[in-house]
Amino acid sequence: MLRDAWLMAVKDLRIEFATRVVTGQILPFGALVLILFGFSISPDLTVVGTDRRSMLAQAAPGLFWVTVLLAALLALGRAFAVESADGNLDALKMAGLDPAGIFLGKVAAVAVQLLLLEVVLGLGAFLLYATPLHDPVMLLTTVILATAGITAAGTLYAALASGLRVRDTLVPLLVLPVLAPVLLAAGLATQAAVFGSADNGWLWTALLGVFALIYLAVGMLAFGLIMEES
Amino acid sequence: MYWNFVAVGYVAVYGGVVAYALWLLARGRRLSSQVPEERRRFLD
Amino acid sequence: MTATSSKVTRVIGYSALAFTALALLFGLVISGPEVNMRDSVRLLYVHVPSILTAYLCFGITLVGSVIYLRNRSTFWDLVAGSAAEVGTLYLAFALITGAVWGKPTWGTYWEWDPRLTSTAVMFIMYLGYLALRRMELPHEVRSRRAAVLGVVNIINVIVVHYSVQWWRGLHQGRTFGLDPQIRDMQYFSWFLGTVALGLIAAWLIIHRFRVGWLERQLDEIHLEEALVERRGEGV
Repeated sequence: MLRDAWLMAVKDLRIEFATRVVTGQILPFGALVLILFGFSISPDLTVVGTDRRSMLAQAAPGLFWVTVLLAALLALGRAFAVESADGNLDALKMAGLDPAGIFLGKVAAVAVQLLLLEVVLGLGAFLLYATPLHDPVMLLTTVILATAGITAAGTLYAALASGLRVRDTLVPLLVLPVLAPVLLAAGLATQAAVFGSADNGWLWTALLGVFALIYLAVGMLAFGLIMEES
Repeated sequence: MYWNFVAVGYVAVYGGVVAYALWLLARGRRLSSQVPEERRRFLD
Repeated sequence: MTATSSKVTRVIGYSALAFTALALLFGLVISGPEVNMRDSVRLLYVHVPSILTAYLCFGITLVGSVIYLRNRSTFWDLVAGSAAEVGTLYLAFALITGAVWGKPTWGTYWEWDPRLTSTAVMFIMYLGYLALRRMELPHEVRSRRAAVLGVVNIINVIVVHYSVQWWRGLHQGRTFGLDPQIRDMQYFSWFLGTVALGLIAAWLIIHRFRVGWLERQLDEIHLEEALVERRGEGV
């Protein structure tokens, strides 16, 4: 199973390396979203009655994660657009690859791409929104666990909606409500990590870990059913 | 003042149910005219 | 009579009408206002039954999905789909009545209350389930994916429920602390509303199932006709 996962992940990352869709299209899109947030929430606005930081800086953790979710949607759509072209998933199954392995491989490949996006977009958020950094270890943990959760649940749902038609509009509708807890927990944990606010950030990272485990398990169990003769 | 809200709620629920039921009946009638007798299992 | 009705649905339908009349009579006329909520308490006689019935419908969807994954029968696939559609409709009713109840009670249509928030997310999840059921895929593929989603959706609902509750719980206490002084007549009105909306849901699910069955038959007829035509061309 793990060998199959490795093969899948390497294959997907090779395709990405050859086509550069993530670095050439999705990354600039994410950066654009960060800039658009700056336009929509004026950088001069401050929250009355609290510290002097701009509203943009205070909202930065949430804005960052919304941006990541939007970019993740594109990356997930891409991960399955690669397969559905000529019944590739059928071919993979014929080749005797374990469905759970295929699932884990997909998750790993998307996770690697998403981590890359998060590093660059995160740097962008720090620069553009002028946020401080209180606890880098907590931030790193948050990023890793949230990425695992987003890619596990996202891959499961992108597979459910894969096919030649309708997919592009269905994936966001299916994935985003499921990822609502990730946005919630990652946003609050990041807030704790950058501002050192009173909320217990580690509790939220724990929730992110539980979420990732649940959807990794569900995905491994369900992927065989989804792929069966489709 | 309260009654306005009550009216909106009741109209939404019971009106919604009636609209959906009428749509189902109309659709069922239209579809069943196109399906021959022997295929209408589960309809009685 | 119309094509999707039968003796059973007629019995259910007429009793639903009778109970609806009673529910309206008791809910709007006979029972009195509540001490704190005044007349807006009457909205709870449709709000709470809507939510309960919606949960029941999603339970049927879960059961139907599990059975479908075991025996792959069109019957259970359609049961799951019909119940989900009716459940989603009732969830919409619950959200609407909740909002118009909230306005006079809390002063706003929407509060970031844990239950409200997770119900809204759940509503969108089931809209997604219904959208998946309309995808252009072969029947077996679509039904199987819908069944997987029908099961996984319940896990989502639980995860969202607890994380949202935790979210609000860590931030602030309960948004409202009304202590309802519900009396016998009000309980009875609520009970009548539950029976009426429950019977209506049963009627709707059966009719929706039959419409779905007819749709499926029609698809198969078209497929057979297309096959016959193909063969004709070949000769």
